[in-house]
Amino acid sequence: MLTKVTPRSDLLMFVLFTLAILAMPLWLAPIGAGYPDLLQKFAIFGLFALGFNILFGLTGYLSFGHAVFLGVGSYAAVWSFKLLGMNPLPALLFSVVFSALFALAIGFISLRRSGIYFSILTLAFAQMSYNLAYSVLTPITNGETGLRVLQSDPRLLDGSGSDTGPLISRLFGIEMTGYSGFYFCAVLLIVGFYISQRIFRSPFGMMLRAVKSNQNRMSYTGLNTRPYTLAAFVISGVFAGVAGGLLAVTDPLAGAERMQWTASGEVVLMTILGGAGTLLGPILGAGLIKYFENIFSAYNEQTLHAIFSFLPDVIEAPVVSIAGLFVGEGWHLTLGLLFMVVVIFLPGGIMEGLNRISKIFSRSKPKPKFTSSSQSAAAAE
Amino acid sequence: MSNFRRPINRRSLLKAGAASGLVLATPTIITRNAWADTNFRNDPTNSKSVTFGFNVPQTGAYADEGADELRAYQLAVKHLNGEGDGGMLNTMKPLSLEGNGILGKKVEYVTGDTQTKSDAARASAKRMVEKDGVIMWSGGSSSGVAIAQQSLAQEMGIVFMCGLTHSNDTTGKDKRRYGFRHFFNAYMSGAALGPVLEKQMGKDRRAYHLTADYTWGWTQEESIANTTEGLGWETVNKVRTPLGAGDFSQYIAPVLNSGADVLILNHYGKDMINSLTQAVQFGLRDKLVNGKNFEIIVPLYSRLMAQGAGENIKGIYGTTNWNWSLQDEGSKAFVKSFGQEYGFPPSQAAHTCYVQTLLYADACERAGTFNPAEVIKALEDHQFDGMGNGPTLYRGADHQCFKDVLVVKGNENATSRFDLLEVVEVTPSAQVTYDPEIFGGELGPYKV
Repeated sequence: MLTKVTPRSDLLMFVLFTLAILAMPLWLAPIGAGYPDLLQKFAIFGLFALGFNILFGLTGYLSFGHAVFLGVGSYAAVWSFKLLGMNPLPALLFSVVFSALFALAIGFISLRRSGIYFSILTLAFAQMSYNLAYSVLTPITNGETGLRVLQSDPRLLDGSGSDTGPLISRLFGIEMTGYSGFYFCAVLLIVGFYISQRIFRSPFGMMLRAVKSNQNRMSYTGLNTRPYTLAAFVISGVFAGVAGGLLAVTDPLAGAERMQWTASGEVVLMTILGGAGTLLGPILGAGLIKYFENIFSAYNEQTLHAIFSFLPDVIEAPVVSIAGLFVGEGWHLTLGLLFMVVVIFLPGGIMEGLNRISKIFSRSKPKPKFTSSSQSAAAAE
Repeated sequence: MSNFRRPINRRSLLKAGAASGLVLATPTIITRNAWADTNFRNDPTNSKSVTFGFNVPQTGAYADEGADELRAYQLAVKHLNGEGDGGMLNTMKPLSLEGNGILGKKVEYVTGDTQTKSDAARASAKRMVEKDGVIMWSGGSSSGVAIAQQSLAQEMGIVFMCGLTHSNDTTGKDKRRYGFRHFFNAYMSGAALGPVLEKQMGKDRRAYHLTADYTWGWTQEESIANTTEGLGWETVNKVRTPLGAGDFSQYIAPVLNSGADVLILNHYGKDMINSLTQAVQFGLRDKLVNGKNFEIIVPLYSRLMAQGAGENIKGIYGTTNWNWSLQDEGSKAFVKSFGQEYGFPPSQAAHTCYVQTLLYADACERAGTFNPAEVIKALEDHQFDGMGNGPTLYRGADHQCFKDVLVVKGNENATSRFDLLEVVEVTPSAQVTYDPEIFGGELGPYKV
């Protein structure tokens, strides 16, 4: 879309993004996605993918264990609820601190290797953390049952026992569920987008891209790339931690399944589906996957019959039975097919598709030369 | 590089300030207050139909149970709308339903997949409440998931009728005003199983527990161990296994050398099928330990699991909430209409889900409203009969049903591939009733 990046076009992009996010309840309602829980998920997983993209999109380091930070963020937030009270601000602070510490430790070790070895190392750490949370550290994580806030918890700041109502996170009296919960997440997503945009345009971001294009050459010029990659790893871990914290804020519960390798794989899918290395792509990918997970999985035969009722009965029955394979519990199948199509025909993800479409419309104009920080140049790698 | 941003100046600061002001104001502009003019969520007064949500595991260790639950729900909706032969509506006493929907409104439903994960179950339930506007949702097969959904029900102000959940915590320390359970629990299993075990296996036994590592496994292990230790048995070891482990050989091998002569499998669904099959393959049942035959006990049994475990279940004791072979009017009516619809008899999971749906509908009819606060009061301390378990009480103090418990044994000479469980004893409800105080917990308010 934007072939030449200027501060003005960046500002325009940021403003349009902000408006689009805040107006989501309106423009997503016609496709059945305009309800608070899914909107919250869009914002939260958008933030998660945005952070993942800072690492994967810029440095090319493919972390296969990013869900660890999501889980750590959730557990930290729920413990903050249990100990300090239901205010989301200290909870998010805890999430940031703990996910940063975890990212520092895991990044410090894993970043000694690159390529597939780095991926395997992060995957190993993720599996370790998952198993710790699932069985070994049961007193801290409550294992399979999941960690919840109980009426009997100390909750130092807002006091236990005084409140018999449901235990919902409240930001100075505003309940963090429903639409207000979504707007809380949305504001953090917008802040996250701003930070990500600034990183993409900074000399630091340029350095990370250089790591991606040729790390050996960087080392030959006498530059130590480790601090840069570690910083990117920690930043992206903190994004994931905040996303995990927000999951707990909108729904005060944390379970070990958030750290499972499937969750780590999901964010990789989101980023690649949307377009790795682009600013908006990961958020689009996250939205698409969450939409599939929540809407397609809920289709049953009844709904399919309603959709295809315009067909004559002879055709309707086979159409419904074939379509039935791809919805309901078969939504993974649809997602897999979509992913294959995107990877084969649009290696740059949905963003590449959008770029191609916009090029068709602007073909008559003379083609401007790509600047070095253009998004699609990075995406094509 | 000329593209990098210049340092912030006064003008851009002002612009940013104005923009963030707008951002912060937007929520108040756009937020819609969908429930402002009604006094409870998803009030169906102005629509011709009411919607139920059926949230069952369609994938994972409990998928078989989930599929059967969904069949039962669809059957219940049919019967409520006056289609089919009416099933238990012909035998339920007292009955206010008239077979024309609920309070004259047609019943519709939406479905969801819990994936046997708390997160996914809550996300799916929230979709049903926020998008599809359900007035009640139901489903089950994992106590961890049921408890997570039950607390969501309290937050949302929408009634959750638990499906299959057997943990003491569901109506114990985690009970909620908006959650109801018809199924029996681990305490009742223990109380019913005790006398039978004493008669069959004596007072001098050494028990080894393998337990699914989550709330249901923990409470069942506790209840069964309390019972057996009360008989004078010794508990050798209690080992926790992860849910959905698949391979249990590493847990079963140590049993051989532990000196135990009874193995208690606190497993359910595919886990139980796998662990029991492997225990039998290890030759445990042919062993003589301490001069006695080695025995295996599966405290919570279901026909679906028996079907999966095949030959291995012969002669193994356990308890069950309901079995299709029961000969009372309610059971016969339900088995007949389920069989006509799907071609095979229903499981206990299907039974409890079917009954729960009917009980909720009947409570609405009796209350004359869908307002959850009134419906809850109609269900509390409600006594009913003709639903397959004899006279039953929905206790108001903890929202637990009290009814007879079946002690069953894997059938030695099965006459058909469904005739797998033999009822050994029907333990009367008085013998399994307990004081709600022993598990603690708070129900919470009627109005949220």
